[in-house]
Amino acid sequence: MRNRAFLFFSLIMPITFLFIYAGIFGRGRVQAVPYLLAEVLALTVMGSFWGLSVQLVTFREQGILRRFRVTPVGASAMLASSLLSNYFLTLPTIAIEFFLSRSVFHMSGLGNVLSIFVLVTIGTVTFASLGLIVASVTNTMQETQIINQIIWFVFLFISGATIPFPMLPSMVQAVAVFLPATYLVSGLQRSMIDHTNLPGLGMYLASLGGCAVIAFVIAAQLFRWEPESKAPRQAKLWAAAAVVPFLLLGVWETVNGDLRSHAMKNLQSIREPYSIERIEH
Amino acid sequence: MLTGSTIEVLNLTKSYGDVQALRGVSFAVNEGEVFGLLGPNGAGKTSTVEILEGLRTPDSGSVSVCGLDPQTSGAEYKYVMGAALQATALPDKMRVAEALDLFGSFYPKRRGTKELMGRFGLEEKRNAFYSQLSGGQKQRLALALALVNDPRVVFLDEPTAGLDPQVRREIYDIIEELKKEKKTILITTHYIEEAEKLCDRVAIVDHGKVIALGTPRELKERSGAVTRISVRLAKPETNGALGKLEGVTECRAEADDYLLYSTRVPRTIVALVKHLEEQNNELVSLEISAPSLEDIFLELTGRRLRD
Repeated sequence: MRNRAFLFFSLIMPITFLFIYAGIFGRGRVQAVPYLLAEVLALTVMGSFWGLSVQLVTFREQGILRRFRVTPVGASAMLASSLLSNYFLTLPTIAIEFFLSRSVFHMSGLGNVLSIFVLVTIGTVTFASLGLIVASVTNTMQETQIINQIIWFVFLFISGATIPFPMLPSMVQAVAVFLPATYLVSGLQRSMIDHTNLPGLGMYLASLGGCAVIAFVIAAQLFRWEPESKAPRQAKLWAAAAVVPFLLLGVWETVNGDLRSHAMKNLQSIREPYSIERIEH
Repeated sequence: MLTGSTIEVLNLTKSYGDVQALRGVSFAVNEGEVFGLLGPNGAGKTSTVEILEGLRTPDSGSVSVCGLDPQTSGAEYKYVMGAALQATALPDKMRVAEALDLFGSFYPKRRGTKELMGRFGLEEKRNAFYSQLSGGQKQRLALALALVNDPRVVFLDEPTAGLDPQVRREIYDIIEELKKEKKTILITTHYIEEAEKLCDRVAIVDHGKVIALGTPRELKERSGAVTRISVRLAKPETNGALGKLEGVTECRAEADDYLLYSTRVPRTIVALVKHLEEQNNELVSLEISAPSLEDIFLELTGRRLRD
């Protein structure tokens, strides 16, 4: 919480989005709030991508990591503890967003709380680990920032987190089905709107989880303590391995997936008249 | 390999690209000894220490600390050693007490945060962020962290570099205190004064090699026990007569002063006074100093150690 970048990406930005979304796009309509909240939750979770990579590179550049290197703490422990602290800082933000949605925007119901909780948990680890990989394959803060920006914009704009998925051109949609962010957004929306339970999100969770595990292992393998040590060339190839689960899911989704129809249905929930039935579903 | 020493270093070599940083460094440090590596920047001191800390791998040669290999022993080794590194930091927003708690938590055997803060004069700063500490305070915290696991061996890499003289003296006092705990301490420094004041034995390192090793006293004796007489005269002497005075082995002119290196000080002084009378010259000031490590370094390398 003493880190300003973290504060911005993980707390201020998502909450600002919540107000903008709910105020402008929702135009005060209560039935739009679950859809919009899901997007904001996804942004919060994806914010972990920034926070951890920037922190790790800062620590490496300032020689903070090398101080830890003379202690018994290993690379995996360092990374795991940063993931864990990031997760525990994300949870309160999520709670605040729910609270604001309920109190300020009069959202009724909470969606499928268990599904949301699991998605947030796995998603936070996934996106944070992806950030750690970026930190491991880049040599300077500048490089990290550039790569982060590029990936971040992709996540932000073609995942449904900002522009609703059905409104994307079909070409872009075809690419989006290979992005972890798309499944995070879709999963959260379905948990919020349709109260989809965990088995219903099985494929999404498995891919996010698989990606998290692979990304973490790769980040630990590529971990560098010393400011002057450079990323090996093959590191960038390794990093690509982290996206394998989503290549598989993307292919499956393209062939026989229902992501599009779900996305359409989710979007329509904004326009549909408010119904008690749905919330108590 | 030598036996019975706490730290053993044998024929270390290390290159960074084309630069040969270490070219066969060997020395051994006994239990409870304060050992200094003295040399100019780039001599290979930090490379040696970082190999001992397990942060770097040597190209060839071997090291052993407390019977362990720093490169392969893992956590077991980390438990017995403590280090204050060069070029390191803590997160800006970490508080002093938090840092000591956090680092202490990594070890099964640890010293209390309170005790360490008292010991290193950090109580007042216990809630200060790392970024708010002065250079001296940061260094004191680094020393406290090096001791947080109550190690047998402590590595201090340039513990006073970049600090002003007063703060430097403060750090000396703390290291003197550590000596009383009978820890084995390896210090690198390019301050002669530091090595003379703190170290039981000193290895002078230059261009990746140990060029002299012994107690500060031994090193001075070995240098031929040449005493330096520094004189300032009313009129300059240019004919080189000073160098021919009795007992003088060497004479240098440095600004307004003349430095006479003598093996027989009393006779040299008598001869000097006589000579000046004959020349109608006068002695403005005279200073006699026993040989310092600085002189020895100069003698061994032909260069001065400077900051």
